[in-house]
Amino acid sequence: MFTRSVLALLLLVLIVPAVFSQENDTVVVVTHDSFAASEIVLEAFEAHTGMTVEILRGGDAGTMVNQSILSVNNPLGDVLYGIDNTFLSRALDAEIFVAYQSPELQFVDESFVPGVDHLVTPIDYGDVCLNYDIAYFEDNEVDLPSSLADLTLAEYKGLLVVQNPATSSPGLAFLLATIAVFGDEEDYTFLDYWRDLRSNDVLVVDGWTEAYYGEFSAPGRDTGARPLVVSYASSPPAEVLFSENPEDGPFTGALVGDDMCFRQVEYAGVLVNARNPEGARQFVDFMLSPAFQEDLPLNMFVFPVREDILLPDIFAELAEIPAQPAALEPADIEANREDWIGAWSEVMLR
Amino acid sequence: MRLRGSYGYVVYLLPLTFLALFYFYPLLAILDIGLRPDGWLDLSAFLRLLSTDYYLGVFLFTLYQATLSTALTLFLALPCAYVFSRYRFAGKSLLLSLATLPFVLPTVVVALAFMSLVGRRGLVNDLLMTLFSLDYTPVQLERTLAIVIIVHVFYNFAIALRIMTGYWSAQGIAAEEAARVLGADEWALWRDIRLPLIQPALLSAAALVFMFTFTSFGVVLILGGIRFATLEVQIYYQAISLFNLPMAGALSLLQIVAMFALMTAYTHLQRGLQSAIGAGKAVARPVKSPRERSLVWGVVIFIFALLFTPLLALVARSALNNGALDMSNYAALAESSRGSLLFIAPIEAVANSLRFALISTSMALIIGMIASFMIVGRGGLARLVDPLLMLPLATSAVTLGFGFIVALDEPPLNLRASWLIIPISHTLVAFPFVVRSVLPSLRAIPSSVREAAQVLGARPFDLLRTIDLPLVSRGIAVGATFAFTVSMGEFGASLFVAQRESVTIPVVIYRLIGDPGLASYRQALAMSVILLLVCALGFVMIERLRVAGVGEF
Repeated sequence: MFTRSVLALLLLVLIVPAVFSQENDTVVVVTHDSFAASEIVLEAFEAHTGMTVEILRGGDAGTMVNQSILSVNNPLGDVLYGIDNTFLSRALDAEIFVAYQSPELQFVDESFVPGVDHLVTPIDYGDVCLNYDIAYFEDNEVDLPSSLADLTLAEYKGLLVVQNPATSSPGLAFLLATIAVFGDEEDYTFLDYWRDLRSNDVLVVDGWTEAYYGEFSAPGRDTGARPLVVSYASSPPAEVLFSENPEDGPFTGALVGDDMCFRQVEYAGVLVNARNPEGARQFVDFMLSPAFQEDLPLNMFVFPVREDILLPDIFAELAEIPAQPAALEPADIEANREDWIGAWSEVMLR
Repeated sequence: MRLRGSYGYVVYLLPLTFLALFYFYPLLAILDIGLRPDGWLDLSAFLRLLSTDYYLGVFLFTLYQATLSTALTLFLALPCAYVFSRYRFAGKSLLLSLATLPFVLPTVVVALAFMSLVGRRGLVNDLLMTLFSLDYTPVQLERTLAIVIIVHVFYNFAIALRIMTGYWSAQGIAAEEAARVLGADEWALWRDIRLPLIQPALLSAAALVFMFTFTSFGVVLILGGIRFATLEVQIYYQAISLFNLPMAGALSLLQIVAMFALMTAYTHLQRGLQSAIGAGKAVARPVKSPRERSLVWGVVIFIFALLFTPLLALVARSALNNGALDMSNYAALAESSRGSLLFIAPIEAVANSLRFALISTSMALIIGMIASFMIVGRGGLARLVDPLLMLPLATSAVTLGFGFIVALDEPPLNLRASWLIIPISHTLVAFPFVVRSVLPSLRAIPSSVREAAQVLGARPFDLLRTIDLPLVSRGIAVGATFAFTVSMGEFGASLFVAQRESVTIPVVIYRLIGDPGLASYRQALAMSVILLLVCALGFVMIERLRVAGVGEF
């Protein structure tokens, strides 16, 4: 009995994978867990090209990028989508992309395009900004902070919750914003700033979910008591859209003043050694097409890089886009990530 | 000794092959990349590891919190297991099954449930402040070591409770009765009879709980806050955030070596115990005296308070909107509201999860049972194999996940992006549970029983069917329950490999709880409740199968 089950199992393990052989009528998209697109939009691509789209979710953005670097000689798929500017340099150093210049790039603002070699193509962006609980600031007649420096003032003591930059993507983005604003060489460095934030009783939690649902004071959360949280510029419209009583909104707002947000741009790239490079290029074009770009905001709460796209009503009405987000070069981020996070931890833990 | 005959040794190859292909091969492949980047062994990461106080501190803290968590879990579970195995009362087996439920929940959900109970503005503080008109919050557990330990107990209590109850229930009470007749008091009974008797199961449970808390990740990260870091947290940070594979590899190796040393010591300890008491009659009896009744009630209330209040808080939050019952979040789950791909209807996620859980549980049972028979046999091989079997539990999920990516990428083992990698990675974590659940009972079968059967002409297969399996059936059921739970909760490396369309319940929960908007949040909680329900149903099925298979013994 045992022997037979054993043999059956071994056969199963050895034979089944053969079914998953690659063919050129499939394009495999490696992406992160947050990927979402309307079925009807992807089906249109499949109908148009005659190819099947296969989505491979590789975990969070960092995990996915690292997997793709590890498998560069025998890639998991044909095209990678969802790498952002905080991880870009790592992937470029590892040479996991081949250049491709999509004709659709003519509709995209040049500022989104990194470098000149077209190893990756910008698809969408999102700004990590402070969100505030409207009711708190109205009821207590407190002015909204108008710069990151304001957060160290007494009136904002104990109001802010942020995420751990070592493990959280918005947490890292917010740290990078403070580094871009205060620098690490001036008289008052970003570490001095964080020291002051700490004296002003900033709360650090592990991830976005614990901050946004566990500590933020916006309506409907029974444990949250802090009216300022690090989240996205797109969170306020989503908060209304997925609220149980949308007509009462808006409940939250984003602070989009100059140098208050950090912009995350997400890119796509054709993977080196892809089995279906032609399909990969076509998919990059497709992601820049109006159909996919229009579909982005409501699926992933990010904004299209194409300039000629109309935003969904709720986004047009409630989403504010920062005119001048804080910015750092991807190469600087990769080169200094460990030192910055290490120094930040020292300050926050000592 | 067991499974003798020509087939015996061939069968033993299965667990060994499984471990070799899906554990050692991927692990060595990724360690090779990390520690031999240029073709020769690069020890600089090890030097850094040893030369900075920081990593020593992380290691010691990891050891410290795991020891505390394990000790507290066992201390609380021991009396409960005793009551469960000695008394019969209504709803006992259901309660035992349900006690396993916490195990399946994602940490982020559990953390939010605990905060709504014992957080600064949680229920307990509200209650205490109203009752005693306090103007401060009396319970301040947020981001303390205490809450980390409490949640570890919450997660691991069932491991200790079920393994000890399963073992104790199959033991006779002759020794205890005799001692009582001879005038032994309660203290002497615990010291001289009960503790020595339960020792094998106690050690088994201790090994598992220690492994789990030693490699704790989410609980420490989310509930402990930035002040605390275990080795596992550091490995994740090094491997994912920094992509420093040499450091991640060195830390992984440190974790594995430490656990291997501990498991070797444990194996020796376990083998030294001779505790063949023999199967008595059914020992659980109805409650008679008021003292016994209060004992049973005490245990039931304790389990409710520890395990079920957080679960109830979760259920309440998923179904209450401003104090009124509101099932719209459940209804919303039934439709793919955004019409979007990968935002699939939960029924499909439930089907996927169940499919993986069935495959993983079967694989874990087959591999775990064979491995148990192999270990219980004599010989040096068994002594070496026993601690090896536990290593998957001691190995960082990130490390192993990356190992799958680099090692299992070519035919015939081109599994890294196949759905099969999911049940395989679940099985790696699940089968040690089967081994640890089955082994104590298997060892306790006196050789005289099987010798008698052999004299009477029983063939090896008859021995297995009529003696071994019935006597260890509780252990098998416990092992199956945990294997099922491990898979439903997506333990192990599967979250770190690339997955095709196989969206499971935990993946839907992570997805929903990462989206802004209260509806998404409440739907995530509703999905967690569905996960609990599906698991509870699974537990009932496993228990029925056991009773149907061997009869109540």
